[in-house]
Amino acid sequence: MSSREKILAAVHANQPDVSPLPELHFSIGEENHVDRFKTVLAGIGGHVVEVANWNQISEFITLNFSESKRIVNTIPELTAVGGSKALENDPHLLEDVDLAILHGHFGVAENGAIWITEDRMGDRALPFITQHLAFVIDKKEIVPNLHEAYSRLETSTHQFGTFIAGPSKTADIEQSLVLGAHGPKSLLVFLIER
Amino acid sequence: MNHAELADHFNKDESRVDWHDKTLWYIREKRDKAAWQTPDWELLRSTASQIKNNVLSNLHEYLLQFERKAQQHGVTVHWASTPEEHNQIVYSIIQKHGVSNIVKSKSMLTEECHLNEYLSRHGIDVVDTDLGERIVQLADEPPSHIVLPCIHWKKEEIGELFHKHLGTPKGNADPQFLTAAAREHLRQRFMTSKVAITGVNFGVAETGEVVVCTNEGNADLGVQLADVHIACMGIEKIIPQRKHLGVFLRLLARSATGQPITTYSSHFRKAREGQEMHIVLVDNGRSERLASDDFRNALKCIRCGACFNTCPVYRRSGGHSYHTAVAGPIGSILAPGLDMKQHGDLPFASTLCGSCTHVCPVKIDIHDQLFKWRQVIVQKGYASVSKKAGMKLMTLVLSNPSVYKIAGATGRWLIKYLPFVVNNRLNSWYKQREMPTAPKQSFNEWYNQNRKQS
Repeated sequence: MSSREKILAAVHANQPDVSPLPELHFSIGEENHVDRFKTVLAGIGGHVVEVANWNQISEFITLNFSESKRIVNTIPELTAVGGSKALENDPHLLEDVDLAILHGHFGVAENGAIWITEDRMGDRALPFITQHLAFVIDKKEIVPNLHEAYSRLETSTHQFGTFIAGPSKTADIEQSLVLGAHGPKSLLVFLIER
Repeated sequence: MNHAELADHFNKDESRVDWHDKTLWYIREKRDKAAWQTPDWELLRSTASQIKNNVLSNLHEYLLQFERKAQQHGVTVHWASTPEEHNQIVYSIIQKHGVSNIVKSKSMLTEECHLNEYLSRHGIDVVDTDLGERIVQLADEPPSHIVLPCIHWKKEEIGELFHKHLGTPKGNADPQFLTAAAREHLRQRFMTSKVAITGVNFGVAETGEVVVCTNEGNADLGVQLADVHIACMGIEKIIPQRKHLGVFLRLLARSATGQPITTYSSHFRKAREGQEMHIVLVDNGRSERLASDDFRNALKCIRCGACFNTCPVYRRSGGHSYHTAVAGPIGSILAPGLDMKQHGDLPFASTLCGSCTHVCPVKIDIHDQLFKWRQVIVQKGYASVSKKAGMKLMTLVLSNPSVYKIAGATGRWLIKYLPFVVNNRLNSWYKQREMPTAPKQSFNEWYNQNRKQS
């Protein structure tokens, strides 16, 4: 008997009588979701900038990031930054990226996380290998909690997707919080009103 | 050496014990704050518990569904009954790609299987990429905590370790600086490793995707820069549907460190173009445990480490005193199921205060199981010789009223007149404690004197 058959047979023989799945009903909270998102994200090391249009994002980036370093922009509306050169087919060539700008699907108020899928990443490695990461999120696209987030993802056919909440961090050395463990050292979120 | 002896060793440095104790309690407090700020916290715990009950009761079906879905997305699914088989499978995949350097993000399962040792014997250089795990790996130690692998290390010692292995300046113990040095050092490994191993926090039966949570981004960086992703998971890591992730991800990081969620919660469903993805499903005693009404619930664990941080024994004895991959209260109820002879001491490494059960996000009855394991271990004859002799003596004394009376009187007389008979090193209860002053009479004597008269 193969290990697969052996394991499955043992599981089948040993599992107890079926216990039903619970219903998922949770409260949403009264607080304004956008405010909550901003507070929580700041608390976990993210930086929120509210903007009225795409132009303001371009201006902010030009002002705060050096042109001499590599910026990868994956958002068509933001033509003014980063150029439109297609990415190479090798994630290792992204090692020198200083700033990556991605259009997140939505944010989650209770934990400051942003959902992003492969199709909006340019390359799967980009959100992790870049030194700094910026997201653009529509202000309307903030959901109160993870239950609402997953109800949006019920039929999602993503091949790779991730929630990103703040910059990469570690507290492994004596519980001292350090931003920029292996991934981005900073996370910038542009909340755009549309 | 057993838990008590290893804890003795840890306890030699009292100021370090105090520091260890306080650091972990601080994390427990962060967990409390996060829990209190989350509406429906108790509802989340009971819901998570019920979902896991359902998983364990329908695991056969869920495993098949998970395998089918994963295969539909081109993922190769492997099954391993034993740690050896798991290690062989992983090695054969690495071998097939002809590489000798690989990266691995945190996976308690691979610790349980001693994968690193196995691969290193076969000439494969494994680099643990989680910072804490890298630190203990450089020191040639196992992790002492499932979430905080080097919680027992002081920054000065890490500075010294990095000076020796990474060439950082001697005497520099600044966490920011040391983390930056590790980032540089590990970036090189990420850039050159063609195989990346990750653990799995949740495997979703409905979709065949696996979810991996990290704060550092090391799992993602490893996988996305490699040609091959090997995800290793215990069969109990399955959850029924994607929407159930909402429940577990709300609980996991808050219980672990007090964060609202880990920085990265990545959903791997299909390999990137040109990449291979493998999932190794490991049993190692889990299917057998499923049959036990008393101990099945331990399989609900989501490895948050909350029970470690709250445990008065763990905080004061350190993770290495548990001599097992998963330490702490949950480790003490998992390990005896794998090897009662080797780990029969662990259920006794507890005060049975119940704090672990109280903080567990999936409501495992940890302290009840610790107590039940004690009974099983003594019945099966795996208790230590001194414990067995003590139990026998207690049985004799407690089951016979006249022996009990004489023993009580003798004890009181001894403490009063010959205290050195009990106040000595042979009596472990005397360690770090004074013996009490003996009362003049027993309750029975007092009762006979006072109540019978009225």
